Amino acid sequence: MKRLNYPFTNEAVRELKVGDQVLISGTIYTGRDAVHKYLHDKNECPVDLKNQIIYHCGPVIVKNEETGKYKVMAAGPTTSAREEPYQWEVMRDHGIVGVIGKGGMGQKTLDGCQKYGCVYLHAVGGAAQVLAENIDEVKNVYLEELGAPEAIWELEVTDFPVVVTMDSHGNSLHAEVLDSSRNIFEELIKDK
Amino acid sequence: MTNEENLSKSTFELLKKTTSELPSDVTKVIKETKARENDGSTAQYAMDIIQKNLDLASRNQRPICQDTGTVLIYVDHPVGFSQKKFTQIAEKEIVKATQAGFLRQNSVDPITGQNKGMNIGPGHPAIHFHEHDKDTVTIKMMLKGGGCENVGAQYALPYTTLNAGRDLSGVRKVILEAVLKAQGKGCSPGVLGVCIGGDRGSSFMESKNQFLRRLDDVNGHKELRDLEEDILESANKLGVGPMGFSGNTTLLGCKIGMLNRLPASYYVSISYMCWAYRRQGVELAKDNTISKWIY
Ligand code: SF4
Repeated sequence: MKRLNYPFTNEAVRELKVGDQVLISGTIYTGRDAVHKYLHDKNECPVDLKNQIIYHCGPVIVKNEETGKYKVMAAGPTTSAREEPYQWEVMRDHGIVGVIGKGGMGQKTLDGCQKYGCVYLHAVGGAAQVLAENIDEVKNVYLEELGAPEAIWELEVTDFPVVVTMDSHGNSLHAEVLDSSRNIFEELIKDK
Repeated sequence: MTNEENLSKSTFELLKKTTSELPSDVTKVIKETKARENDGSTAQYAMDIIQKNLDLASRNQRPICQDTGTVLIYVDHPVGFSQKKFTQIAEKEIVKATQAGFLRQNSVDPITGQNKGMNIGPGHPAIHFHEHDKDTVTIKMMLKGGGCENVGAQYALPYTTLNAGRDLSGVRKVILEAVLKAQGKGCSPGVLGVCIGGDRGSSFMESKNQFLRRLDDVNGHKELRDLEEDILESANKLGVGPMGFSGNTTLLGCKIGMLNRLPASYYVSISYMCWAYRRQGVELAKDNTISKWIY
C-alpha cells in the first residue's frame, strides 16, 4: 500500500506505477463533463489546479440550511472515458498531477500523463458509501451554476482508496488487461 | 391503515431495502469471490472495498451506489387487481424515495435534456404486470445502473467476425465477446442475463427477466444449464477481474433463457448487471402489508 499526501507533486506522482494500491489524503477537486468543457473553451478556472488532483465524480451533496455546511451523501466515480478529448489539455494548461475516475482512459490521456507528469487513479465503481466515508469535509464549491453534480467541489479526504491503472511512464493496466484477455478469448473460442 | 396505505408503505419499504441491501444469494457469492482472489492483489483490494461498501450501505440504509439506475418493477397479481392504481402508488413512492435520498434524480428527457428530478416520466419507472392464478400479489424490484446497461449487447447470428453460426457454439462465442468488450466498464464482477431468440425487443426484455432468478437457481433446461456453467467458467478465465484490474473473477453468474425465434432471425441478447445487483421482492398479505421477503 502506498500513500499520496497533500501537497501533491510531480515527483511523488512519477514514483507511482501501474498496479499500485494507493491511499490519498488531502485536497481533491471534483470535475466532470461540464467542467472539462468549460476549461476546454478557455474559460478562466476559478481555482488554481497546479499540482492538484481532479476527481471524475458527480456527488450527491446536501446542504444543511441552518449551518450552511455541505454533507456528502454518496460520491463514487463516474466513467472517465467521456473526458478523453479534454484531459490531456487540462494537464498541459493547468498542471494537474492526478485524475481519479473509473473505467480508464485512452492513448491521448496516457501520452499526457507521460509528458506532463500525471497519473490516473482508479476508484472502485459503485463504492459510493466507502468513498463518501473517506471525505471529511466539503471545503468549497466553484461553478455551482453548472448544477451540483457538475460543479467543482473542493473536498478534504483521508485515505481515499484507489489503484493506479495508468502511470506517467506510458503504462496502462487497461491496455494490458485488454490485450491479455483478448488472447485468452481467441483460445477459448477456437473451433474444435 | 387502509389497504391502499399499506400498499404505499410496502412499496416504499421495498424501494428502501432494494437500494441499500443486496439479496443474500448475491452477497454470498461476493464473499466467495473475495476469497478466491490472490492475497494482496488489486482484485482482492477491490473486493474488500466492495464488501465494506455493502456493509456500510446496509448498516446506514443508504444507496449502495449513487447511480440508483432504472427502477424495474415486476408485479404478479390475481384477477381484479388494479394496475392503474398500483402505477399511481408506485410513482408516488418513487418521488418520496427520491426526495429522501434513497434514489438519485435519474430520469432525463432525451430531447430537452431536462431532468425534472422526480424520477417519473415516459418509460420510468418500468413496471411489468403479469396476472397469475394465485390469490396473492408479489412485487419484485431491481435497480439497474447506466454503466452496466451501456455494456449490454445484442447480436444477430450468424456473426461472421467470429465465425459464430446459429447454434449454441455460436451463441457461446458472442456471449464471451460481450464479456471481453465490457472489460471492467460495467463495474465487474458482474452477472449476465442472456436471451437466445425472440425479436429484438422481447429478447432484451427476457434477458433482463433472467436477473429475477437467484444466483443459485438451477436452470431446468439441460443445454442452457450447461451453457451457463461454461460461460461462467470461461469468462473467469479471461482474467479481466474486478473493475478490470485483472483477477480471477470477471463474472459472478450467468443466467440464460430462450424464446422462440422467427426462421429468418436469430438474436442473442446480453444484459450486464454490475456487482451492485440490487434485487428484492415481497409477497403481500390480504391487507397489503409485507408477509414475506422473496429473496
Ligand atoms: S455500473 Fe453499477 S456499480 Fe457501477 S456505477 Fe453503475 S450502478 Fe454503480
